[in-house]
Amino acid sequence: MLDFPRWRVTMLNALIVLSILAAIPSFLPKAWLDRIPAGVPKETISLGLDLAGGSHILLEADTAQLQRDRLESLEDSVRTAMRRAEPRISIDSVTRTNGRLSFVVPDSAQIDAAREALLPIIANSTGGRDWSIEVTDGNRITLVPSGTANTTVLDQAMNSAKDVIDRRINALGTLEPTIIRQGADRIVVQVPGLQDPQALKELIGKTAKLEFKLVDEGADPEQTAQGKARVGSQVLPYPDNPTGIPYIAVRRLGGISGDKLTGAQQSFDPQDNQPVVNIQFDGEGGQRFARMTQQNTGKLFAIILDGQVISAPRINEPILGGSSQISGSFTVESANQLAIALNSGALPVDLKVVEERSVGPDLGADSIKSGILAALIGTAGVLLWMILTYGRFGIYASYALVINVAMILAVMSLFNATLTLPGIAGFVLTIGAAVDANVLINERIREERSKGRRVIQALENGYKEASRAIFDANITNVIAAVLLFIFGSGPIRGFAVVLMIGIVTSVFTAVTLTRMWVAGWVKRNRPQDINI
Amino acid sequence: MKLLKLVPDNTNIGFLKWRNIAFGISILLMVASIALVATRGLNFGVDFIGGQMIRTTFVGEQSAPVEALRESIGELGYGDPTIQRFGAENQVSIRMKLPDGADKKPELANEMAEKIIAKVKEDHPKARIDGVDSVSGKVSSELFDKGLFALIAAALGVAMYVWFRFEWQFGVGAIWALVHDITLTFGLFALTQMEFDLNTIAALLTIIGYSLNDTIVIYDRIRENLMKYRKMAMPALLDLSVNETLSRTVMTSLTILTPLVVLVLFGPDVIFGFSVAMAFGIFVGSYSSIYQSAPFLIWFGVSSDSFVPAEKVADSKAERLNEGTV
Repeated sequence: MLDFPRWRVTMLNALIVLSILAAIPSFLPKAWLDRIPAGVPKETISLGLDLAGGSHILLEADTAQLQRDRLESLEDSVRTAMRRAEPRISIDSVTRTNGRLSFVVPDSAQIDAAREALLPIIANSTGGRDWSIEVTDGNRITLVPSGTANTTVLDQAMNSAKDVIDRRINALGTLEPTIIRQGADRIVVQVPGLQDPQALKELIGKTAKLEFKLVDEGADPEQTAQGKARVGSQVLPYPDNPTGIPYIAVRRLGGISGDKLTGAQQSFDPQDNQPVVNIQFDGEGGQRFARMTQQNTGKLFAIILDGQVISAPRINEPILGGSSQISGSFTVESANQLAIALNSGALPVDLKVVEERSVGPDLGADSIKSGILAALIGTAGVLLWMILTYGRFGIYASYALVINVAMILAVMSLFNATLTLPGIAGFVLTIGAAVDANVLINERIREERSKGRRVIQALENGYKEASRAIFDANITNVIAAVLLFIFGSGPIRGFAVVLMIGIVTSVFTAVTLTRMWVAGWVKRNRPQDINI
Repeated sequence: MKLLKLVPDNTNIGFLKWRNIAFGISILLMVASIALVATRGLNFGVDFIGGQMIRTTFVGEQSAPVEALRESIGELGYGDPTIQRFGAENQVSIRMKLPDGADKKPELANEMAEKIIAKVKEDHPKARIDGVDSVSGKVSSELFDKGLFALIAAALGVAMYVWFRFEWQFGVGAIWALVHDITLTFGLFALTQMEFDLNTIAALLTIIGYSLNDTIVIYDRIRENLMKYRKMAMPALLDLSVNETLSRTVMTSLTILTPLVVLVLFGPDVIFGFSVAMAFGIFVGSYSSIYQSAPFLIWFGVSSDSFVPAEKVADSKAERLNEGTV
């Protein structure tokens, strides 16, 4: 055990110095850090939301809605394809159940033509098929989603939803959000420093699906009020309807969707000075809008946002310039929010908040203060016990403990790990547990000495015999910490990270470093007796 | 310098003599804990039952007006709030069930939080809102399942490890000690009605890791002594092992408990329950290593044969012993 070659001592000392250096940036004020030239490593520990304050929002996709939307647009494409086929193929008994679209081709001679017409619709971009065709009873065609199509569609929708959220939050300004996907259908949004997440939630929760559909002006108002629509029409909620009935009937087909926008801005209506949103269509969208307004001049059309009609103006003249204005009962704020949402694109899938946690900065600051206080007093207490009990060997253990603290901070800084509130507790716990290895070793040395072994032999046995128990005891902690990390959420993970790092560094400092120091001391002084 | 000796050298305390009494007391405490959990129940936080929690500090007031709050929030028509102090006298958490239909329409939960906050601010303009947690029923039941699974997996994981490193009897002894520690901690939470949340699960997992520390150190010594003193009777050998490791057990418990007690007294208020659970669990864990996991080995018939290297034993026993040669 006295055998500590010089190169090893140098290496361990270098490691200690590096750890202390790596831990330093986390304690420097931000202004200083900014002045450190690029290239010099200056990673710091980041504070979790529970310490820094901020909002954590977990969003979940409405997958059923996504499937319904997909089926609806499939039906649209199928109807169009059958209408445009030469000769035209008539279909009826169209049903959408269990994620399948099913319809009957009355003229069974046209079945093959119908199949043919479906092929371009069901092909996807990678050359496979999103739907498979089944023919039953001779003339009923059913489109069944292919095995992976639903998952792929959800996956794509979630990815683009993530981008949309990113754009929307960026539009709010200087926030530094973290947006990550979780599982198949969830997205986590974390925004440090945001105290009131209300506005943010409204913004990212808004699907912002804009549609323009013609109003079914021939609908019976009484029927509409009861939610009943004629064939080819549908009833939508219209809270601001001037007639007082909060519903309106619109034509199902022949509308255009608002995904062909190039821009949207909040503005004011020149006539009555009410807040409005100006929108500009792209080339194709502009042409379609022009065609729709040309063909339907004099009629009412409904502006629909997320399935709710916000206004239903009359088309006074064809709108050819590719830009339009959305009016409704907006405030400046809500018009601005709609403009941001439209600019960032519609969410491809409805998202709802299933979990939200927000912490004010004051509570976090209090927690940091008392956490640091507890860590300092705790460390002092442990150092005192160790030195009182083991004398010189306690002092070595104390050095090791201080270096251990520096190393935990260093590792956390280098990996940019997040310190959370439970993480502080983990830190305090680690301080107490780290010296366990020293206790085991020193107790063993005591025992060996009381059995009459000579100093060097006792030291040697102490380190050797104790290491097995140290190893076993720490493995169980690692098992618990790894499970904590796997199953824990947010702050708890921060706790697990501190525990795991602490276990590794504490074994290193408590065993290897103290052994080096003890060996050096024994070599220099050749003690005949030790006070332990 | 005269060094401190918490435990005198060469103690010879007859711990195992008391094993039946200790076991009886432990069983009694465990039954009491289970009864407490069954009758009083655990005070689950929003993490596990869903709902909304608003943390408020009444700045400039001596204590939080709990009764007035209960009344004024109750008047909002969302049902009765659960109001609990945390940390200082003037800090409370207000917990509410999520309004009906909030699973479908999260706006309803928002609306409730806004109304409650507005009400609190109206009556107490200086009140500070420290945080809002809102957890839907779906997420909370997921968190509950995950937490429960993690506890069971951790307990089984460490028991498997002990079995793998020692013998199956040691594994069973270790898991018994864990069940003991965890049950008593549950009992503490039922008794005090401290909030049982995600942090509590983290504390329990930590207890699983650390309470096993002592058990393993004592087991390690038992194994060593079993190989050294082949003829010693089991109770005497266990006593010897516990006594030999006693000063270490006391010292380690002390060095771990010191910072934890400091954490309970001075640490962040938000994790008070977490700190208490850890301190309590580790305290109970030290006791159970001596009085639960060690005596178990007698009842399960561990003997000095269990660890003799295979080649020295008669063939008939060889197969059983392979895993014991470490």
